[in-house]
Amino acid sequence: MAVRSKPITSITRWSGLAALLFVVLLVVGPLITLWLRADTSSALTSADWAAVQFTLFQATLSAIISVILAIPVARALARRSFRGRAILVTLLGAPFLLPVIVAIFGLLAIWGRSGLVSQVSQSFGMERLNIYGLVGVLLAHVFFNLPLVTRLILQGWGHIPVEHFRLSAQLGMSPKDVFLRLELPMLRAILPGAFLLVFLLCVTSFAVALTLGGGPKATTIELAIYQALRFEFDLGKAAVLGLIQFIICTVIAFWSLRAAVPVSFGSGLSVITRRWDVSSKVLIWQDALVLVAVTGFLGAPLVAVISRGLPALGNLPATIWPAIVNSLTVALFSAVLSVILALALAGFIDDLKSRHNRMSSVVEGVGLLMLAASPFVLGTGLFIIIHPIADPFALALPVTALVNAAISLPLALRALLPAMQHNRQTYGRLTDSLEMQGWARFRLTTWPAIRKPLGFSTGLAAALSMGDLGVITLFAPPDVETLPLLMYRLMGAYRMDEAASVALILVALTLTLFWIFDRGGRLGHQT
Amino acid sequence: MDIKLENLHIQQDDFSLRADLTIKHGTTAIIGPSGGGKSTLLLAIAGFVDLSKGGISVGGNDITNTPPAKRPVTLLFQENNLFPHLTVFQNTGLGVRPDLKLSKTQIELVEDALRKVGLADMGTRRPSELSGGQRQRVALARALLRDRPVLMLDEPFAALGPALRHEMLDLVAHIRQEQNSTLLLVTHNPDDALRIAESTVLVADGIAMEPQPTATLLNNPPPALAAYLGK
Repeated sequence: MAVRSKPITSITRWSGLAALLFVVLLVVGPLITLWLRADTSSALTSADWAAVQFTLFQATLSAIISVILAIPVARALARRSFRGRAILVTLLGAPFLLPVIVAIFGLLAIWGRSGLVSQVSQSFGMERLNIYGLVGVLLAHVFFNLPLVTRLILQGWGHIPVEHFRLSAQLGMSPKDVFLRLELPMLRAILPGAFLLVFLLCVTSFAVALTLGGGPKATTIELAIYQALRFEFDLGKAAVLGLIQFIICTVIAFWSLRAAVPVSFGSGLSVITRRWDVSSKVLIWQDALVLVAVTGFLGAPLVAVISRGLPALGNLPATIWPAIVNSLTVALFSAVLSVILALALAGFIDDLKSRHNRMSSVVEGVGLLMLAASPFVLGTGLFIIIHPIADPFALALPVTALVNAAISLPLALRALLPAMQHNRQTYGRLTDSLEMQGWARFRLTTWPAIRKPLGFSTGLAAALSMGDLGVITLFAPPDVETLPLLMYRLMGAYRMDEAASVALILVALTLTLFWIFDRGGRLGHQT
Repeated sequence: MDIKLENLHIQQDDFSLRADLTIKHGTTAIIGPSGGGKSTLLLAIAGFVDLSKGGISVGGNDITNTPPAKRPVTLLFQENNLFPHLTVFQNTGLGVRPDLKLSKTQIELVEDALRKVGLADMGTRRPSELSGGQRQRVALARALLRDRPVLMLDEPFAALGPALRHEMLDLVAHIRQEQNSTLLLVTHNPDDALRIAESTVLVADGIAMEPQPTATLLNNPPPALAAYLGK
């Protein structure tokens, strides 16, 4: 290996180390606190163990259902080209940006006690639906994760070489043979990672459990933590539950590392391979049915939110303004913080990677740790740390912004690091030979390569923080509002029209924030 | 068998290809600048590209609307000719039965084909354990088993070194002779054309021209070919 004359710019090193230290403190501090405060003397009640069981049970079921349903949807999208396909694929990306509480509002408007389906079934003399409990949790999790898994599998289909489909057509393979020889091996490679990803997301989806779960039969670990902190004020028990949650997530995160969770954004989604084995009428009708069903399942709740919210826009609650200001402030602060941390860490890892491979995997391990330490666990630890020093409720907004920044960090790293590494591998030697260094090197070579993923990650971080209904619920006193919190409180008071109007504003602001940053990254961008 | 392309026209976005010619039984090379439509021409004959106009017939039978599997042709791609998770034996056996339910005699046929391409002991290996040349040999063994009247190769040896490429071309020529098939070969190398093809089709500027004797065409190239060859 050639020895480079100037090894590492000091600014990359110091900012990287500072970011690393900050992240380690932010993650490890709360975890140690939980460990110290865990009150093993107050043994967990049977209700707490039921929460652990329910968490694992619902996550397993949610992941299985999402994965199984996603296969026919992805297959239909992969082998049919039709008008509106691009819109449908975009719609599949929407649940990721959609604030959880808004989606739940929409799902209740369709599947709830006074929802559309209940009204129809009642007019046929059947009973109204009741989705609170396991069914509701599963419904919401499938709503969020079916599209995610569909996109992952669709990418897998897009990466099957076109020659293989031509080859199978030339050899006269039946649809069954094509499935066995081409599609099954691809699914076998993708599904385990997708399953674990969905499982992890469902273990840590507090807002769904808060709104649709509850009671002795449908309480998750995170919901039990929330109740221990907010109602019983049992910090010792909350700490024990937090540790259990952390252990579960760590095991899954390590497991999913081995299964190589296929996370990439966008590539391979527009590939439609011309097929010769699927022109039978039965298969065409089957695919059409699947696509219509999934469009209805995903689209109906969104339509319900819009149709209920629009007429109610005239009488917004008075607290909407402080809620908007709080939400925007938290979202922008956490997005900027998350991306600055990601930028510093990515530069650091990239530089380490080009010299000491082992060191860089340590740094990347920290990113993994963040995936394992769910935001709610961090929040619990921070609550216990802050409690003796200051009033946690007074710090609701800063803590939420901080934790949200931490949640988005792994996503931002995943987007930025490959771009930086690709840039170094392709043009690194050229920039070295031109003696481009420091600011000029960053501005002229690194920046153009990373601005697109940077804009995308900033938008994503802002959108995720905008819709957050996790940590904020642990800390927020009754007089502090964010838009999701306001919506949740309005729904709790059965003021549904007002909740719908807040939902509309929340969605509009979330999408606008995402659009501005994502667009900003692409503007004038040449690839 | 002769291949007849009658008034053929392919239109894809801003790419277009026209051909009105007859390829005689024997070996024909297809040459021309990249992006000109050489591969598209083979894909059309194999049934993988829709025609906007015109028709294709092989040995007097119209195959314009015949599905790929029923056409009397085998097409070898530049790459990805093998399924990575199947063994060499299975990949070859697909040429006998696409569901791989092989009888004892059929198994012997597959082994025989592998022997002919020089891969007698490689049946249990996977494509990732083979060199680029060996992979194309597997695809040739499968083509042998399919035994179609027309064999088409789309630059299958472009990634190989000169010695190995010549060896493979000779193997292909040998197979063609044994099966008495019509061989069509896309290449960007005029030496390849001279080595095995009696006649050559020039594809340039969206038009495939009537085949000409290879030596005549190369020694006396029209402007498009001269520019491509740098003469």
